[in-house]
Amino acid sequence: MIEISLQKKLKSSSGDMILDVKLNIAKEKLVTLYGKSGAGKTSFLKIIAGLLNPDSGYIKVDNSIWLDTDKNLNLRPQKRNIGFVFQEYALFPNMTVKENLIFAMAKDQNKKIIQELIDIVDLGNLQNRKPNTLSGGQKQRVALARALVQKPQILMLDEPLSALDQEMRNKLQQYILEVHKEYKLTTILISHDISEIIKMSDYLIEIDHGKIIDQGLPMEIFTNNKVNAKFQFTGEVINMVKQDFIFIITVLIGKDLVKVVADDNEAKRIKIGDKVLIASKAFNPIIHKID
Amino acid sequence: MIDWNPLILTFKLAFITTVLLLIISIPLSYWLAFAKSKMKPVIETFVSMPLVLPPTVLGFYMLIAFSPSNAFGNWLDEWLGLRLVFSFEGLVLASVIYSLPFMVHPLQSGFANLSPILKDASYVLGKSKMTTLFKVLLPNLKPSLLTGIVLAFAHTIGEFGVVLMIGGNISGKTKVASIAIYDEVESLNYDVANTYSLILFAITFVILLLVYLVNGGYLKRFL
Repeated sequence: MIEISLQKKLKSSSGDMILDVKLNIAKEKLVTLYGKSGAGKTSFLKIIAGLLNPDSGYIKVDNSIWLDTDKNLNLRPQKRNIGFVFQEYALFPNMTVKENLIFAMAKDQNKKIIQELIDIVDLGNLQNRKPNTLSGGQKQRVALARALVQKPQILMLDEPLSALDQEMRNKLQQYILEVHKEYKLTTILISHDISEIIKMSDYLIEIDHGKIIDQGLPMEIFTNNKVNAKFQFTGEVINMVKQDFIFIITVLIGKDLVKVVADDNEAKRIKIGDKVLIASKAFNPIIHKID
Repeated sequence: MIDWNPLILTFKLAFITTVLLLIISIPLSYWLAFAKSKMKPVIETFVSMPLVLPPTVLGFYMLIAFSPSNAFGNWLDEWLGLRLVFSFEGLVLASVIYSLPFMVHPLQSGFANLSPILKDASYVLGKSKMTTLFKVLLPNLKPSLLTGIVLAFAHTIGEFGVVLMIGGNISGKTKVASIAIYDEVESLNYDVANTYSLILFAITFVILLLVYLVNGGYLKRFL
């Protein structure tokens, strides 16, 4: 169990803002922070990591207190047992993939973990390469593996997949879920991608302007509890064409384009670029084995 | 045959100065790049002063300060046995101050241009500031380090005003190449002056060329 209570005045592009968050996170859950850029999500993660000092606050992880401004207690980032995956990877350019992982080891740690992680994220044939020769997806796999070397109590991922294409995203999402389960991690993820959030997270926290405005199961929050379907996808509206009395709406789900019919009333509330949920309740979907 | 002493002295001075500058400038430029202290602009100004100040001004004040007839110079002389005027030690100190900006500036901008998340990433992995500095930051600053080392070295070779003010012209002790050239010209020995000048010209040209070759990546396939 992680108890967090933080206050900090932040300067954002739209003026000053107070980050004020109180939150409990259950062990071994994957929790996603969701919200507009500049809402304070990254600052929140940095404060938990000890990279940014709050004005006041309290952080307790399991039974150890990391931060208690009332008692003037503030553990250095070095003393907090966390793994952090940055959006920009933050790999050390002077070290090879393997050296990046070895550098991350604690003083008296068994070297076995390095090979184990290299195998989990499939870096075997890249381990002697320098980071600047790797693709974005490969870099992020190294960053993920590096963050796990010391078996952290909390794994934090700051928009780790936003720079990757859809296919790479799907793969990386699998890797993250796999290590999250394998190492029994408590994971905090920042993401903007609704389908990614629904696919990955146990719990969703929506932050706006420094405050939590909604929290709960991702599906319930995104659908406002309106749908109770057994069969649904989320996607993005790519195109809308009016044909006679109906609209044909093209939706991008994953990497597939799907056309959906909507009536005037439904179409009025939707515009190109919107995230939408496509669900079907009344009929039985057909199932086909693919391979 | 020319007297090789001034040249040897010049390179000895440049070498010692560069090593000392490296030791001083790494912490100093780290602090200048990352600290948010109110003192920073003042320190930055002091570091940069030798760039604009006539070398003679610097040399003059050092001459006054370190003269044994002054309280401070006297104290240095009696308690530490350090006589800084007209001595090689004095030349080293003057050169360190005079070439300081040439080492600090490249390092400072190198530190400032490194992505700040490299430091964050290392701290989160439990690494101390020292480990982070030596294993992560400095290895990624090689071009800046090389530029700083070479500029400081070359600049010390080219020094004249400060050296003449505080060191004088003592053969074998403080008579460096630049002063020897001046000396020879005054005595109308143009041939000797020309030899010294050519040697300095060639060496500094080669040193600077090497830096641009290395930093421009032209030597990648040989290194």
